[in-house]
Formats: sequence, structure tokens, C-alpha cells
Amino acid sequence: MMTAVVGLALTLVLFAGVAVVLTSDPRRQAVTLSLFGLSLTVLFIVLQAPDVALSQLAVGTAFVPLMVLLAVSKIRGGR
Amino acid sequence: MSRTARMWLLGLGLIGVGVCYALAALDLPSFGSTFHPYRDMAVPAAVAHGAANAVTSIVFDQRGLDTLVEEIILFGSVIGAVALLRPSREEQEHGPSPMGRVLEPTRLLGYVMLPTTLVIGVDVVTHGHLTPGGGFQGGVILATGLHLLYVAGSYQALDRLRPVALFEHGEAIGAAGFAILGIAGILTSAAYLTNMLSYGTLGQMFSAGTVPILNAIVGVEVASGVIVLLARFFDQAVLLGHQRESISVPQPGELR
Repeated sequence: MMTAVVGLALTLVLFAGVAVVLTSDPRRQAVTLSLFGLSLTVLFIVLQAPDVALSQLAVGTAFVPLMVLLAVSKIRGGR
Repeated sequence: MSRTARMWLLGLGLIGVGVCYALAALDLPSFGSTFHPYRDMAVPAAVAHGAANAVTSIVFDQRGLDTLVEEIILFGSVIGAVALLRPSREEQEHGPSPMGRVLEPTRLLGYVMLPTTLVIGVDVVTHGHLTPGGGFQGGVILATGLHLLYVAGSYQALDRLRPVALFEHGEAIGAAGFAILGIAGILTSAAYLTNMLSYGTLGQMFSAGTVPILNAIVGVEVASGVIVLLARFFDQAVLLGHQRESISVPQPGELR
């Protein structure tokens, strides 16, 4: 049972990672990156590492995509 | 070196890394097994020091020095990024551009989530030695949670409630506080960062000695660091965002 859940979480990470790579627009990439972060959070929870999951959730799902969006917005010369 | 020679060298290196990696991976304990030598030492050490959350005990007590260096890495990278993101001489503050319309549901969700997230952040920091979490996680939650003000309200609202100078001090105090508490370990006992306070009762709010104090210090440092970093990004993206066009056609005497 647990193996199936771990496998499912890993598959989710795999698809989310591919989605990030295949997204060409950096602004959309911030969104897929956030989803990728969320799928990693799920994986860490399934692997019983709540401390790491919490870090991943805060940094990978919120902080990094926000920084990417702000940087892209600056590079494009404002919205 | 010719291209062929470089490729041969690359191939050789890849094979070397591949063989070593495979040998190392084959020697790992199998996934999901009960063989955990590190856990068998770390968990009793955590319990002996009254820390219910073994992970925090490892991070702030058993391997405190590693965490100090990690904290300094964060401190240094924030300083580096802030130095890079300072406005150049040609750039002038234009003031934030008028915001697009914020959807009412977004606004509602933002204002409901803002206090909720901040409370969760404080909870994660202060209970780091008891439940999953700690200063790093809680600090990032606090800092990003504050930016819900921008999502739900406006840049002006965020700017008013986020005195950047205060958080710059907070970051420095957090980084220094960790190092100074380490020296207290030398003064009272043998070594740097020794857990020299009473361990208390396992699972109580005041337990695990210095761990909750270090958690709070790191929480202040990380939250302040992330806020300062994002503030500089916001300056660049929101306040200076429209500069490019005006730089491309500089009028005589217009640039300072």
C-alpha cells in the first residue's frame, strides 16, 4: 500500500518536473515551478519527512516563484 | 585541446563518476529497510536533551555549528543580492504603477489568509523543538505570508507595514545572536554552541535547552532576510519597472 503511494508521489514529481522543463514562457514557468514544489512537498510528506516538506512548501511553492515573477517583471520593463 | 580530446576526457570523467556513483548506490541500505544507524544514535541523543522533534535537535543542538554556517550563507547571499539589486544611478523611483483590478475573491482570500499565515508562522517557529518546523521554515512562512498584503491589497499597503530598515537590523541581530549564544556555550561549559540550558521535560513548551532560543533567533534572521531580499526585488520590479524606455532616449540635462 505504502509503496503504491510513494510510487504515485514520485510519478507526480516526474510529471510536474517535465511540465516545468516544457514550459517555455518564464512567467508561466513560475506557476509550473510552484506546482512542482507542491508535488515535492507531497512526496516528502509521504516519505514521512514533515520538516523538509514544510521547508519545501514555504520556499519552493511560494518564495522562489514569487522571486521569479518579480525578476521576469523587471527584465520585461514593468508590467 | 582539440574537440575530440575534450570529448574523450569528458567520457572518461563521466564513466568514472558513473562507476563510483553506482558503487556508492549499491552500498546504500535498501529503501524502506529498518537499518538506520544514524537514527539509532540521533534519536536517543535528542531525547536525552529533551527535544521531542529529533530533526530540530539535530539541526540546532547536535549539529549546531553546521546550522550557524548555513545561517551565515543565507546572510551573505541576502547581502550579495541586495548589493546587486541596488538602483543604478540612471534609475529613478517612479512610484508604483497603478495596480490592476484585484478580484474581490482574491482580496477576501488574501485578507483571511494573511493573519492565518502569520499565526502559523509564529507557531512553526516557537514550537520547532516539539512539532515539525523551526526557525527556517517558520521564518520563510512569516516573510512570504506578509506579502499576501501585496496580493490582496496594494504595494502601498505592503510598503507601510514593512519598514525595511527595521528588518535589516533584524537580519543582523539574528545572525549575530546565533554566534553570541554559541560563545555562551564556551563560557559555561567546554565547547562552542554547547546546549548549556536546562533540558526541561520532554514535550513541554520550555524544554530542549537552547534549541527553542536558537529557533527564535533563526526565525527572526530568516524572516528579516527574506523580507529584505523581496523588498529589493519589489523596488526593482514595481518602483523602477518602467525605467527602460526613458533610459533609451536620454534628454540632455535630464539624467542626474
